[in-house]
Amino acid sequence: MAPDPVLLVEELRTEFASGDGPPLVAVNDLSFRVDRGETLCIVGESGCGKSLTALSVLRLLPRPYGRIGGGRVLLDGKDLAKVSEPEIRAVRGRSVSMIFQEPMTSLNPVLNIGRQIAETVMVHEGLPWQACIDRALAMLKQVRIPEPERRLHEYPHQLSGGMRQRVMIAMALACRPRVLLADEPTTALDVTIQAQILDLIRDLQTETGTAVVLITHDLGVVAEMADRVLVMYAGSKVEEGSAEEIFDAPAHPYTRGLMGAMPHLGEARGARLNEIPGVVPALNARPPGCAFAPRCSQATARCHAEAPPVRNLGSTHTAACWEVGEGAAA
Amino acid sequence: MSASVLEVRDLVKHYEVGGGLFGRGRKQLRAVDGVSFSIAPGETLGLVGESGCGKSTVGKAVLRLVEPTAGHIALEGEDITTLGAAAMLERRKKMQVIFQDPYSSLNPRMKAGEIVQEPLINFGIGTRAEQQERVAALFARVGLRPDQRANYPHEFSGGQRQRLGIARALALGPSVIIGDEPVSALDVSVQAQVINLMMDLQQELGLSYLFVAHDLGVVEHISHRVAVMYLGKIVEIAGRAALFESPRHPYTEALLAAVPVSHPRARRRRTVLRGDVPSPINPPSGCRFHTRCPIAIARCREEEPPLIHGATGHGVACHLRTPTG
Repeated sequence: MAPDPVLLVEELRTEFASGDGPPLVAVNDLSFRVDRGETLCIVGESGCGKSLTALSVLRLLPRPYGRIGGGRVLLDGKDLAKVSEPEIRAVRGRSVSMIFQEPMTSLNPVLNIGRQIAETVMVHEGLPWQACIDRALAMLKQVRIPEPERRLHEYPHQLSGGMRQRVMIAMALACRPRVLLADEPTTALDVTIQAQILDLIRDLQTETGTAVVLITHDLGVVAEMADRVLVMYAGSKVEEGSAEEIFDAPAHPYTRGLMGAMPHLGEARGARLNEIPGVVPALNARPPGCAFAPRCSQATARCHAEAPPVRNLGSTHTAACWEVGEGAAA
Repeated sequence: MSASVLEVRDLVKHYEVGGGLFGRGRKQLRAVDGVSFSIAPGETLGLVGESGCGKSTVGKAVLRLVEPTAGHIALEGEDITTLGAAAMLERRKKMQVIFQDPYSSLNPRMKAGEIVQEPLINFGIGTRAEQQERVAALFARVGLRPDQRANYPHEFSGGQRQRLGIARALALGPSVIIGDEPVSALDVSVQAQVINLMMDLQQELGLSYLFVAHDLGVVEHISHRVAVMYLGKIVEIAGRAALFESPRHPYTEALLAAVPVSHPRARRRRTVLRGDVPSPINPPSGCRFHTRCPIAIARCREEEPPLIHGATGHGVACHLRTPTG
């Protein structure tokens, strides 16, 4: 097996209380690991549970309904799902940081940029204020913000969307975290700014060795960034593998469907895009067998009745499907 | 001239922003600053660019949902730029719109069937029974079940709502549909359904589309011709193959280079465009792209390059690059 993972998630189950009924399971028995200096992309469509997975790692689930119903989140041998509230608070922003899609909603509009970054350092490292400000300035330089001395004193509304995301990244990396959780970090940005931010994340990762968990719906971003890929559908992992394995030989019908549905530059006009019929099932209406079966063209009676096993397709490639790998009917 | 369904000439839309009491210090926001294009029957023109380039404003000005500051818009050969409200209403039958977020453009208190029927009632087309029949046919055509006519918008998924928006747009039998980011809010699998539907409908009904979007993959897929906007101007316009395979304008090149690759093995170190888009309130002098352009020379800072058309209709606005063909 590879080196010790920085973050190891085992059979994570995230659920929401729902009145008198049984809890709604948003993330179902999800396991993954991420190593030092590695980028794991978690890809899936709206409602597949990819963002809740990241929020579960840091125990930021919406209260009072969201909760971790089972599984372990291991960082340095400690189970983040079980540690006390002060302990998890010491982890957030220090060993594990997170950035979100819309930086404006995560930045405090009434504090200047420098103070917001310095505060993070102050809280976690207890350095004198001037040292924290110096670190903030160094971070702004590291995320390639022009005129960092001036920006230190500016407020979020004075920055463009791309600049704000750079500030978020500066704040997230200020304490040299071991894991960076990035939830759709470029979705709200224009394509040229997206390219800048993706390059920045990649460069900083090379410099610092931070493990990155990148959550996205965009297979293009996955192709640009991923070392390994985890595909989610309706709360479960349906396929996992190296970026090459997933793009060369996508095995799960859902992964294949997603690839075919995405228009690529350079294709002829008129070629029909692959449609995946229907929609993702609601949380309270997940089918009993494979969650994808109602939309799958290869589904058999067994798929509708029984949850599929996880099949090994290579040393690092797995898919949860009755119809692939050894033991498949076809 | 009359070969085009939609003809736009020198379209300008300026907004007044800021300013104190009595309007002192008021500034002009040049959202659209001299845009010309035409769309032939059955053709899709893709209009792309980054946030704030004015692409959505072009769509709205063409529909006269915002009043153009200057320029001309001709629909089926007739100048509609200055038509009064009543006369314009009549022309709207021919030109319909699909918005990005169908939820905010569908009345939440109306049933889906009524939403699609409403334009027919407004224009007094057919008897009640005929209208109902037309609604049923439209539902079937866009892939909605007949029983869904009794549902309210919130009972539909995002993709189904967009189908509903398309059905309503089709109700009056338009010749042009303006799509303002019609698939941007949809998940990729559902996005594919809506794109396929729009292309099928075009084939069947001979519709023309002005397809405003920021996703270059989607635009390449659906468009016959593509116009690229930057800060209120078209910097390049060409057939899809020419634009995507041999772009001439440095901005188009940069935009295409920024699109994520489709396979990990295709990763490359690309030239990333530096900085942000400047403000349209005080656009740069000369060529508006010169502040970010990798090949700009002194002349680009002073003199604005006109959009020059080559023999094949490929147009480029750049002092240093000429159109192909």
